[in-house]
Amino acid sequence: MKSEYDVIVVGGGPAGSLAARTAAQQGLEVLLIEKRQEIGDPVRCAEGVGKVGLAEYMDPDPNWICADIKKARIFSPDGTMIDISEKMAGNEVGYVLERKIFDRAVAKTAARAGAEVQVKTQATGLILEDGVVTGIRGKQRGNDFEARAKVVVGADGVESKVGRWAGINTTLKLKDVETCAQFLMTDIDIVPDSCDFYLGSKYAPGGYVWVFPKGKREANVGMGMLGSHYKGKHPIQYIRDFADWKFPEGKILETVVGAVPVSGMLPRLSTGGLVLVGDAGHVSDPITGGGIINGMASGRIAGHVIAECIKGGDVSAKALSKYDRLAREELGKSLDKNYKIKEVVTRVSDNTMNVVAHSLQGVEFENFTIPKLVKEIVTRNPGVIKELAGLI
Amino acid sequence: MITVNRYRCGYCGACVGACPQNAIDLIETFIEIDSNCNNCSICTKVCPMGALELVKDEE
Ligand SMILES: Cc1cc2nc3c(=O)[nH]c(=O)nc-3n(C[C@H](O)[C@H](O)[C@H](O)COP(=O)(O)OP(=O)(O)OC[C@H]3O[C@@H](n4cnc5c(N)ncnc54)[C@H](O)[C@@H]3O)c2cc1C
Ligand code: SF4
Ligand code: SF4
Repeated sequence: MKSEYDVIVVGGGPAGSLAARTAAQQGLEVLLIEKRQEIGDPVRCAEGVGKVGLAEYMDPDPNWICADIKKARIFSPDGTMIDISEKMAGNEVGYVLERKIFDRAVAKTAARAGAEVQVKTQATGLILEDGVVTGIRGKQRGNDFEARAKVVVGADGVESKVGRWAGINTTLKLKDVETCAQFLMTDIDIVPDSCDFYLGSKYAPGGYVWVFPKGKREANVGMGMLGSHYKGKHPIQYIRDFADWKFPEGKILETVVGAVPVSGMLPRLSTGGLVLVGDAGHVSDPITGGGIINGMASGRIAGHVIAECIKGGDVSAKALSKYDRLAREELGKSLDKNYKIKEVVTRVSDNTMNVVAHSLQGVEFENFTIPKLVKEIVTRNPGVIKELAGLI
Repeated sequence: MITVNRYRCGYCGACVGACPQNAIDLIETFIEIDSNCNNCSICTKVCPMGALELVKDEE
């Protein structure tokens, strides 16, 4: 490791790797650090991605694709099913990944582009000069070090300390964090090409249970709930109960826990010498909690803007705010809209969900999108309009 | 003070992101809580495993 780089990226997830790769491709000297000893492990993800989004950033590779998904099924609290098949599910149709391998593959593309990669290397603070970030302090295998950079990228995921060190408040409020637990289960009866979602307060208050296939008889079975819905029962207990009910014969190969920001994009993603990408900038989707593709999107935008700023010799807050602008253009609108929808749907009662699910029986969703679904729900259920008022 | 049940913790970092005092650090499989903690107990609500607990300080 050297003591000076053009760019230091903190965090070896998909967002950090894309930022590192993009900056390295522009000829910059890049260091990518990951505090864990293995990139990609342990996993904190249900591993579902849309095909179209993924193809923007990585060529699909059977080495890290576990399942090809053709449809989604949503179950209301009383078990009523809404079936969304491939043609209708649009972009939502995709793959279930093996992120242990995927995250490494993405990091490898950064390394191949010329970025230096260091694991078991943690950023512990920032070097600031006149309020501008000029490097990091860190620990590598127990030894303290300092390294300078023209721009530091905070890609440190949901923990998001880099931003806070630079004065950007990234702390997640309880109502804006989805806390999750998941089992990788095997020997269970599933539909291997369907991502299933279960709604209702019994197993997922203010959230949902997911069953994402990873093979013919294997799936990620998990749940997420808003921190604000905590009433003495933790996600691990909810998913235990769901698994006991739905897959009593199943065997658990892995326990996964984690959290996703569902706050919508941070009001500010950059300052002098620093940008935030991925979960660290809260670019994950407020409804689904999906953050892989948005993370990579933000990483790529950041890489381009950083290269432009460094080449132009100006990494001030003003110059780097171009990243804010472009990220907001590409991702901000849908995140804002989905945040508003989240604020309403997480409060909907089980009874209303059932009524809505019944009303949607037999409906064909052409080119299914969330706004279309909402419109359909509202026109079919004038009676529940009060509860859903915020959606219109 | 906050106690961590290290046998239960899944080292996921959820508590780190939600702590308003930035008082928690996750190092590999290890959670550390520093003296900036003000016992607000937010972390105990966000922990998926229920590994964190607010206990009364012994005087
Ligand atoms: C249970 C669960 C299910 C999910 N399911 C899905 C899904 O199905 N589809 C989807 O798209 N998204 C899903 N997500 C969200 C998705 O996992 C994240 O949005 C995505 O991983 C964000 O990528 P990232 O690169 O921003 O951060 P991460 O992948 O979290 O990477 C951040 C990295 O930074 C490292 N780091 C942190 N601090 C430091 C430091 N100080 N120094 C060095 N390194 C550091 C961490 O160790 C970590 O490796 C899920 C999340 C959870 C918790
Ligand atoms: S939230 Fe809970 S499980 Fe996750 S790191 Fe903190 S104490 Fe451990
Ligand atoms: S009690 Fe509050 S201040 Fe203390 S570690 Fe938990 S969240 Fe942070």
